[in-house]
Amino acid sequence: MRVNPKYTQWGAVTILTGATIFTILILVFIIFFILEKGLPVLGLSFLTENPQEMGKAGGIFPTLIGTIILPVFALLIATPLGISTSVYLAEYTKETRITKVIRFGTDCLAGIPSIIFGLFGYIFFVITLGLGWSILSGGLTLAVMVLPTIIRTSEEAIRAVPNSYRKVSFSLGASRWQTVKKVVLPNALPGIVTGIMLSVGRSIGETAAVIFTAGSSLRIPSSVFDSTRTMAVHFYILAREGISSENAYGTAATLIIAVLFVNLLAYYTMHRFIAKRS
Amino acid sequence: MKLVGEKGVQRILMITALSAISSLLLIALFIFSEGLPFIFNYGVGNFLLANEWDPSTGHFGIFPMIMSSVWVTLGAMVVGAPLGIAGAIFLSEYASPIIMKIVKPTIELLAAIPSVVYGFIGVMVLAPIIRNNLGGPGLSLLAGCIILGIMILPTVISISIDSILAVPRSYREGSLALGATTWQTTHMVTIKAARSGIVASIILGLGRAIGETMAVIMVAGNSVNIPNSALDSVRTLTANIALEMSYATGMHREALFATGVILFIIIMILNSIASVAIRNRNAKK
Repeated sequence: MRVNPKYTQWGAVTILTGATIFTILILVFIIFFILEKGLPVLGLSFLTENPQEMGKAGGIFPTLIGTIILPVFALLIATPLGISTSVYLAEYTKETRITKVIRFGTDCLAGIPSIIFGLFGYIFFVITLGLGWSILSGGLTLAVMVLPTIIRTSEEAIRAVPNSYRKVSFSLGASRWQTVKKVVLPNALPGIVTGIMLSVGRSIGETAAVIFTAGSSLRIPSSVFDSTRTMAVHFYILAREGISSENAYGTAATLIIAVLFVNLLAYYTMHRFIAKRS
Repeated sequence: MKLVGEKGVQRILMITALSAISSLLLIALFIFSEGLPFIFNYGVGNFLLANEWDPSTGHFGIFPMIMSSVWVTLGAMVVGAPLGIAGAIFLSEYASPIIMKIVKPTIELLAAIPSVVYGFIGVMVLAPIIRNNLGGPGLSLLAGCIILGIMILPTVISISIDSILAVPRSYREGSLALGATTWQTTHMVTIKAARSGIVASIILGLGRAIGETMAVIMVAGNSVNIPNSALDSVRTLTANIALEMSYATGMHREALFATGVILFIIIMILNSIASVAIRNRNAKK
């Protein structure tokens, strides 16, 4: 028995369209569900007050500090390392055994689950190096975690710079490094910024790698050797220990807004970058 | 720049370029040096195949966690792979470029939502639905499969789209010129040509699902047992580490690192398979 191809065509396209719409609806549902329950809780006082009774009442101010400081710290370390790696890969070598090893290492690092980063950060930074549960340990762990993202996006951005730019610079007598510094990197900058933004987004939402390295102290840190608690960790503790579902929703809404904002900014930058290129 | 000169710059860049691979080695070194001695002292068979996990009496069998991780991951595939591949085919073959331009980044936003938020949605929305309609505790293997299935969608979709778009136009044109409908072209020509990339997307999804921690802890229930039904509460390898790490000491802590060793090995195997599959795709182009 053969079905008329016209019907299978119609059936297939309907199923494919349905699957895509369903996927988008899931995303829309998650965002609206969290915002609907969380926005009423969210207000200026929620953001600027200290938590009371472990987060049962009051606001989330210290976790806001933690959420800003940890990704900033992580990116301060990962950005220079990541960019120079990508400059080396894209500008300074041909495909050799070394670049293959570097690329393989980057891919593997990108696939490692965050709980393994948590274990590693705990045994290496917290215990072996004796940094304790601190911004330093958490930031360094996050830096290792986001390094592959920065390397990949920066390399793509650098490779997207037209070769003619480099040729002009060389023909004017500039050295390779001068060309990289004055011509290639400025032109690749928006693409690199996109990678940094995506990494910030990932760091903000990270829990497993942070909770075992930066700890979960609710005090406002006074140095990088102090423990801190990020919004994601705070939200996890509120939700899992059933401390306050109201405050959990409020924290979740803040978290979602922060992550969406950073990611949309990243897409906007990338979009501008692509528009400029073509 | 006169300080170091061109050669010096090149040397500095090369040293920094080794940062990723040396981080990877450092991670492997520390996880293995904490976990491997335990595995050998306790016995590989005792550790991997015994059913009892009771740190207070010195029993460290992770077989139930291995089985739970396997079932949760396979279940996530059943939920996520068909939906993801269908979405990828629709977006790359049937949607107009404008829809693709709007929908693809939207779906990638799914990847940006923190895993704790997925877990929370699972607890607040999914678990009550399962409890009320199907019975059981609600926080279960099934809830874990559905949440993880959703979480792997962006991975499956974006890598599948890349490999479908990498199929040369001429393949499709040839098929259409022979009178095939667009769907016949898609399933007889395009998908076959993009097969290795689609397989890679599923394997990377597997890796993401088996490594996911926070969402699973929140929705899967966390009792140590080999699941008999989809409604049972289960504890995965990742959940086992994260739940007990905060208070574990001595042999117990070593056992958790040993669990990490097993997880690390599984992930590395999956990633290597995926990178071979992606290289096949790129080689064909």
